[in-house]
Amino acid sequence: MSKLAKGLFEIKGNQAVAPGCYLLSLEGDASAVAASGQFVQLALPGRYLRRPISICDYDARHLLLLYKVVGAGTDQLSEMKVGEQIEVISGLGNGFCPENTTQKALLVGGGMGVAPLYRLAKDLLAAGKAVHVILGFNTAAEVCLETEFKALGVDVTISTADGSKGVKGFVTDAIQTLPQDYDYFYTCGPMVMMKAVCQLCPTEGEASLEERMGCGFGICYGCTIKTAKGAKRVCADGPVFAKGDLLW
Amino acid sequence: MVKDLTVKLGDLTLNNPVIPASGTFGFGLEMQDEFDLNVLGGISLKGSTLEPRFGNPTPRIAECREGLINSVGLQNPGVDVLIAEKVPALRKVYKGCIIANISGFSVDEYVECCRRADACEGIDMLEVNISCPNVHGGGMAFGTDPKMAALITESIKKVTSKPVYIKLSPNVTDIVAMAKACEDAGADGLTLINTLLGMRIDIRRRKPIVANTMGGFSGPAIFPLALRMVYQVAHACKIPVIGCGGVATAEDVIEMMMAGATAVQVGAENLRNPYASKEIVEALPALMDKLGIDNLNNLSI
Repeated sequence: MSKLAKGLFEIKGNQAVAPGCYLLSLEGDASAVAASGQFVQLALPGRYLRRPISICDYDARHLLLLYKVVGAGTDQLSEMKVGEQIEVISGLGNGFCPENTTQKALLVGGGMGVAPLYRLAKDLLAAGKAVHVILGFNTAAEVCLETEFKALGVDVTISTADGSKGVKGFVTDAIQTLPQDYDYFYTCGPMVMMKAVCQLCPTEGEASLEERMGCGFGICYGCTIKTAKGAKRVCADGPVFAKGDLLW
Repeated sequence: MVKDLTVKLGDLTLNNPVIPASGTFGFGLEMQDEFDLNVLGGISLKGSTLEPRFGNPTPRIAECREGLINSVGLQNPGVDVLIAEKVPALRKVYKGCIIANISGFSVDEYVECCRRADACEGIDMLEVNISCPNVHGGGMAFGTDPKMAALITESIKKVTSKPVYIKLSPNVTDIVAMAKACEDAGADGLTLINTLLGMRIDIRRRKPIVANTMGGFSGPAIFPLALRMVYQVAHACKIPVIGCGGVATAEDVIEMMMAGATAVQVGAENLRNPYASKEIVEALPALMDKLGIDNLNNLSI
C-alpha cells in the first residue's frame, strides 16, 4: 500500500502550452511519489474536493503537472500565480510498471493522457528499453509535449483527428502505420481511445484510467469499476490496470 | 495541562469522542499505513449488507459548495466477509471502538446481518443504517417511518447483546418522532444525521452529475442542520446520541457535544483530508484549554 503525504507546494510555473492547457511546476516535498503514472490531489481555495492530476515528471523536490481547463476548478488553477502555495496530497495511485517491457514499449497517449507517459518514457529509457510514443490530439494547435518527448531521444508519432499535423485520424490509425516491433504497450487518454488501443495491440499492456473521484486515496469507494478481478477503486487499486483485467 | 478526552457511550468507554463516519473511512484498514489508528475514539466501518454489493454506476461523486454528493450505493463485500476478514484484521491493529454499520432491504435482512455480526468478537457496537438515500427499496424507506424504525430496532435487539445504535435520516418531517420510536423500541443509542438527499446537474452536458441522478449530500454545508437535529433529539431522548454531519474541526466537535452529542462522527472531511479525524483529535486538548473545559462530560447546554 502506498504511503501518502500531505504538504504545501509553491508554484514555480503555470504556463499555457496549448489553448486551455497548462504546465504546472511545483516545488515541495515530493518524496512520496514512487512511480510514473501516479497522481496528486490539489486543494484549490474555496473548492470542497481536491483536483486529481496525473504526474508528468517529478524528483524529490519537484512536481510537473499537465492539466486542461475543463471546469471552474481547473479554470481557477490556471489563474494561480508563481509564488502562490497549494496543498498537495501525493503518493496516490499504483503507477505504471516499466519492468513489464522486455525490449521495446509502445506508449499511446491521447489529449492530457500524454502527461504521465513522459516520465514513463524516461524510466523505460533509463532501464535500457526502446520506446516509441504516439501522441494523439484533435488539432495541431492542441499538440503538447512533442518537443519534450523528442528531447528524450525516443521515436515520436503525432496523430490529429483533423489531419492538421502528423497522421490524420486517431492514435489507432497511427499505430497501424508502425511495425509491430514492441512487446508491451502503455496507454492513457479517453476511455474509448484506450479501449480501441487495447483491442488493436496484440501484446499485453496497461492502461491508466480516469474516473470522477471523491477522496483519491481509497476510502470513499466513489470511483469503483468492475474488472476481471472484481470491483476495483480507480484511485487506490489503479489508476493503472492490466489490459486483461479491464472489462470496458 | 493533560485533558481527559474519554467519553462513555452506555457501557462503552471511548478514549476520545472522535469517530470517522461510516462510508468515509472504508474498513479502517485502508488507512492503517498512514497513521496509528489508535488515536481515533472509534471507527464506524463501511455499511455492510447480507449479500455483497457492487453499488451504483459511476460517476458516484459530485462536488458542491462546502460539501459533496455521493451515490456509492453501499458497495461492500457482504457481512460474512466483514466479520471473517475485515473486523479481525482491523482488530489486530486497532484497540478502540469498532462499529459495524449494517444496512438491509427488508426487516429479515437487517436481523440476519445483525445476528451474524453479533457473533463477531471484534465488533463493539452495531450501527443500524435505516437512512441510506442511495439504494432503492430499502435503507431510507425504513428511516422515514417511525413504525418501521421501531420494528427494525425491536427485531434486532432480540438477536444481539451488542449495543444497537440506529442511524437516522434527516430526510424526515419530525426527527424527534423517529428518535423516540427507536428509543421506545429498545435502541441503546442513536447516530444522526445521515446524508441529505441532494442533486447536481452538469449544465454543459444537461445531465445529472451522478449516474444515479440523486445522492447523499454531506459536508460543512449541513452542519447547522445536523446540529439542530442533534439538539432536538438529545433533549427529547435519554439514550446517547452520536452527532454527525458536516463536522470538520475540533470546534465543530465541541459544538456538537454542546448540542447534546456524547460522541461525534467526522464524515466528508475525511475525503478531502485523510488525516482529518486524527488532526481533530490532536486539536481538542488545546481547544479545551482555551475554552476552560477539563473533560468532555456534560457539555450539553
